[in-house]
Amino acid sequence: MNKYIKTIFWFAVALLGAYALSGIALNRGESINALWLITAAVCIYAIAYRFYAAWIATKVLMIDETRATPAERLDNGRDFIPTNKWVVFGHHFAAIAGPGPLVGPTLAAQFGYLPGTLWILIGVVLGGAVQDMVTLFFSTRRNGRSLGQMARDEIGPIGGTAALVGTFLIMVILIAVLGLVVVNAMKHSPWATSTVAATIPIAMIVGVYMRNIRPGRVLEASAIGVILLLLSVVAGGWIDHNESLRGFFDHDGLPLAYAIIVYGFAAAVLPVWLLLAPRDYLSTFMKLGTITLLAVAIVILRPDIHMPALTQFTDGSGPIFGGKLFPFVFITIACGAISGFHALISSGTTPKLLSNERDIRMIGYGAMLLESFVAVMAMIAATVLEPGIFFAINSPAGVVGKEAIDAVAKINSWGFAVTVEQMNQLAKDMGESSLFARTGGAPSLAVGMASIFGSAFGKHLLALWYHFAIMFEAIFILTTLDAGTRVGRFMLQDMLGNFNKKLGETSYMPSVILTSAIVVAGWGYFLYIGVIDPNGGVNILWPLFGIANQMLAAIALCVATGILIKSGKLKYAWVTGLPLVWLVVITSTAAWQKIFSDDVRVGFFAAANDLSTKLAAGVLPPEKASVAPQLIFNQHLDAYLTLFFVVVLWVVLFDMLRMCVRHLTGKPVLKLSEAPHEPSRLVENWVRD
Amino acid sequence: MLKKLKHLWHIVRRLSGDDAYEQYLKHHAEFHTASVDVPPALTRKAFYKLWQDKQWDGVKRCC
Repeated sequence: MNKYIKTIFWFAVALLGAYALSGIALNRGESINALWLITAAVCIYAIAYRFYAAWIATKVLMIDETRATPAERLDNGRDFIPTNKWVVFGHHFAAIAGPGPLVGPTLAAQFGYLPGTLWILIGVVLGGAVQDMVTLFFSTRRNGRSLGQMARDEIGPIGGTAALVGTFLIMVILIAVLGLVVVNAMKHSPWATSTVAATIPIAMIVGVYMRNIRPGRVLEASAIGVILLLLSVVAGGWIDHNESLRGFFDHDGLPLAYAIIVYGFAAAVLPVWLLLAPRDYLSTFMKLGTITLLAVAIVILRPDIHMPALTQFTDGSGPIFGGKLFPFVFITIACGAISGFHALISSGTTPKLLSNERDIRMIGYGAMLLESFVAVMAMIAATVLEPGIFFAINSPAGVVGKEAIDAVAKINSWGFAVTVEQMNQLAKDMGESSLFARTGGAPSLAVGMASIFGSAFGKHLLALWYHFAIMFEAIFILTTLDAGTRVGRFMLQDMLGNFNKKLGETSYMPSVILTSAIVVAGWGYFLYIGVIDPNGGVNILWPLFGIANQMLAAIALCVATGILIKSGKLKYAWVTGLPLVWLVVITSTAAWQKIFSDDVRVGFFAAANDLSTKLAAGVLPPEKASVAPQLIFNQHLDAYLTLFFVVVLWVVLFDMLRMCVRHLTGKPVLKLSEAPHEPSRLVENWVRD
Repeated sequence: MLKKLKHLWHIVRRLSGDDAYEQYLKHHAEFHTASVDVPPALTRKAFYKLWQDKQWDGVKRCC
């Protein structure tokens, strides 16, 4: 009887999901309700988790509950600690879910709500969550080794080096583009700038409290910090209204970019406890609180989606970034669908905490589903805006023109209604001087969130909600920036340690300063170019980040596919092989187009040539002509960087295939590096606390 | 209800590391009492320093 009810229940979930999904996909004309997106997502996640993930766990990976995990075998009370599964889930989710799933869907909304949403849902179920789960499993079976180590042990030295170099470059580009998002949110906004600036001393107060005043009382300290952060949002409003103070915080993009670069260097050199660790607490609490609030508000208010299912920009002429729907929607939305970066957390960090292999499905697959849900909400927040407003905020001045009149005329010519008065009123409501050309996704997400929160809790607080949303995004973008710079520094020190032992010591100050400076200079360069680029920089940097991130995902899936085939599971190799093939197709296509396309908004060389011709002919306005040589150099650099990514991807792929062919034809290959089976002692008398 | 709230509070403390020192003392008492030449347990402050520095070793945050 019980089984019968269960079958009916899952059948109903499947039916509801299919109904909601077809409602979204087949709807034309009439606007649809955001609740349909939520319903479709939740049903699809439930079915995928209950059936696909469970099938992978039992049939493909053959999870063994009686086997001792590294946390049990190597328990040292420091990094290897058997931990309650909910606690591991929390740590894992906090680590994987950064600003990526908020920015990507917002940008991809230029194609309409449908392509991005479908990719988020299908990509996560068949790709992203599978990648996280199998990587977590294989690393758990290998004493928590990192992705790079696994690639080296299982495929060969090439894969290992590729993973290492790939990680470093992704970090550099990711930080640059996130820095650009923050700069664009703070540009000429004294309120946003002063609030974001205030988060730095607040984090330091919290850090000193946790370290010296009341050591280890992290919840007390965080509570104080959160209250101070909320006050800083209000105080930002006072500063904005104070004629003598607002001048201190009213800046152009470039000085703000320099400030972020100086800040990034300081944050990487300062001890972790003073800035990074306390701010991470604040950003984690803020993130969880805000995302929950947003989910509740969407369910209660059931806002209508105003963006059409598909826009005309699927042809590649989109204002936010150039390029056709295929492959660029799959590159733009990485986090939320499939993100290679997660493989670094799923290997190395999380496996050392797992108390039992049976938790792998919930932590690997489940946490990624939750991140995907965050991406769906970001998509909703972007598409509940009137499309005209959405494009007015997100289109760079280089595309629609600097003057409000020109921008509005251009957007109207695309068939999206918006007026200058409407935009001025919106800016006034949000407490900003202007909302035109605020690229990067943060301001439009903040407007979307503010309008959702505003209709739930009262319109008069719109400006507060807007700056709260900006602060919320900035705070964990800055956390990723600090943490990423530090990781880059450690990797660089590790590499330099091979040449000079002293430089490899993580506490040797000259080495710390040198390596931090190199990493900061790396992302600082791309941030600088992004700011001076009249097309907004996002158009270049975000696809570059997407290609790099998908390349890392492909490397992780290569490692997983190789291990599956080597362990005699050829018939299940499609589980990781299918998403791998898809990633190779989209990454290679995108890279090809970014390098060779004739469209100046897509091809790097085309853009460089176009700019050189115009520069030589003297048709560029003086302010553009002065930066043109730098932009031309950068376009060339980006082209070679893209080429490098795609070559690395193919080399690792061929290396993996070569290894598989050798194995299947009976030739010797590197032995499986799985740790030997040891029975778990925790299973019998393990008391879950 | 109260029991559930207590359990939730327990999880929040564990997740945030608020009870890390208590966990450490428990671990220390369990594993290090047998032998004689074991160093005494660290103070709260000293432990917290080690714990926090360890927390940020490696890739801990991504996109």
